[in-house]
Amino acid sequence: MYAFDIERPATVAEAVAALSNEDAQALGGGQTLIPTLKQRLASPEKLVSLTGVAEMKGISSAGGVLTIGGGTTHDDVAADGSYKALSELAANIGDPAVRSRGTIGGSIANNDPSACYPAAALGSGATIVTNEREIAADDYFVGMFETALDEGEIITAVKFPIPEKANYQKFVQPASRFALVGVFVAKTADGVRVAVTGASNEGVHRWTAAEEALSKDFSAGALDGLTVSADDLIADLHGSAEYRAHLVAVMTKRAVAAAS
Amino acid sequence: MTKVTMTINGKSVSGEVEGRTLLSSFLREDLHLTGTHIGCDTSQCGACVVHVDGKPVKSCTMFAAEADGADVATIEGQANADGSLNVIQAAFQEHHGLQCGFCTPGMVMSAAALLKDNHKPSEAEVREYLEGNICRCTGYHNIVKAIMAASGQDVSAIAAE
Repeated sequence: MYAFDIERPATVAEAVAALSNEDAQALGGGQTLIPTLKQRLASPEKLVSLTGVAEMKGISSAGGVLTIGGGTTHDDVAADGSYKALSELAANIGDPAVRSRGTIGGSIANNDPSACYPAAALGSGATIVTNEREIAADDYFVGMFETALDEGEIITAVKFPIPEKANYQKFVQPASRFALVGVFVAKTADGVRVAVTGASNEGVHRWTAAEEALSKDFSAGALDGLTVSADDLIADLHGSAEYRAHLVAVMTKRAVAAAS
Repeated sequence: MTKVTMTINGKSVSGEVEGRTLLSSFLREDLHLTGTHIGCDTSQCGACVVHVDGKPVKSCTMFAAEADGADVATIEGQANADGSLNVIQAAFQEHHGLQCGFCTPGMVMSAAALLKDNHKPSEAEVREYLEGNICRCTGYHNIVKAIMAASGQDVSAIAAE
């Protein structure tokens, strides 16, 4: 790693001030950023660790909306259980030691194209809350590792409207524990949302054809005959674009069948 | 340099660290607590697992400065007060849960974290929990057996392979 200074602010306001230096970078749980720093792929002058910001930790529920602080670990989301599909998703990220440190805000800020949380946020129609504004998930995920966040903007919380039924199915890439393909399905009073991770070069995205079919008939059978184009899907040594396209349909059906 | 103070295995410890000093480096190089091993240094292998505020953490993927004020437990603090092996360590010895021993500190710390929350894990739960701990000698079988034995379960029925 290149040398850098590290700060541990205690409040969001202090963290925002510390990040006003353009060579400063926010550090969440560090489970992606620290390996990146070790490879010298990033060279911030200053890291602003968010792990000491108490107001960004914790989970609360009101009016059918679950609000999760941006600094809340996967382990804590897994233990919560008030949004079952989300807790199950969190319980299967990485491994136990990674879940002790990794945070929901860090995952959503990084927007890895194979990460699990972006699928939950987009599939649930969540709202990303920052120190400056609230951003609808549909407007937030811009592309692979790209989001609507500005420089120095911090995810302080994520608000999830709890759907009638939901489920996440992940086809695990066993070496990394990321999703080779993951699909989050949520059924709400307004219709069905289907969000796909791991598959596209554009990052997490919605499968609208499946949403239309499932909004009319919420059953795995409603997806019979629906296929996904392999155009612009990720192809790597773990799977071809065609294989991922096939998996999207399979995992969507499984998620619908398992939704509760 | 940043001054850090933390509790390690029940004792208060202070030191001066760079921003980039990993918790694993602080433990091994500054405090000479070399029981915590660095295997891959890429968050894969789990040889460096310690407990921070009661949770298992890969100490190669956390900065020492972030552990300021934390309660850290390492393999050096696992033995019983009289110096004898604790129940997990004794089970690893009894069931031949190690060969070269390099992964063992992380395995024991992960096992301790598992058994704290899940007193009688199934074989599948043990294997799932060890997802982030890699062993290249044993084939895992005797590690799983040792952890189940440490939880007080009868492992005589678990096949030898």
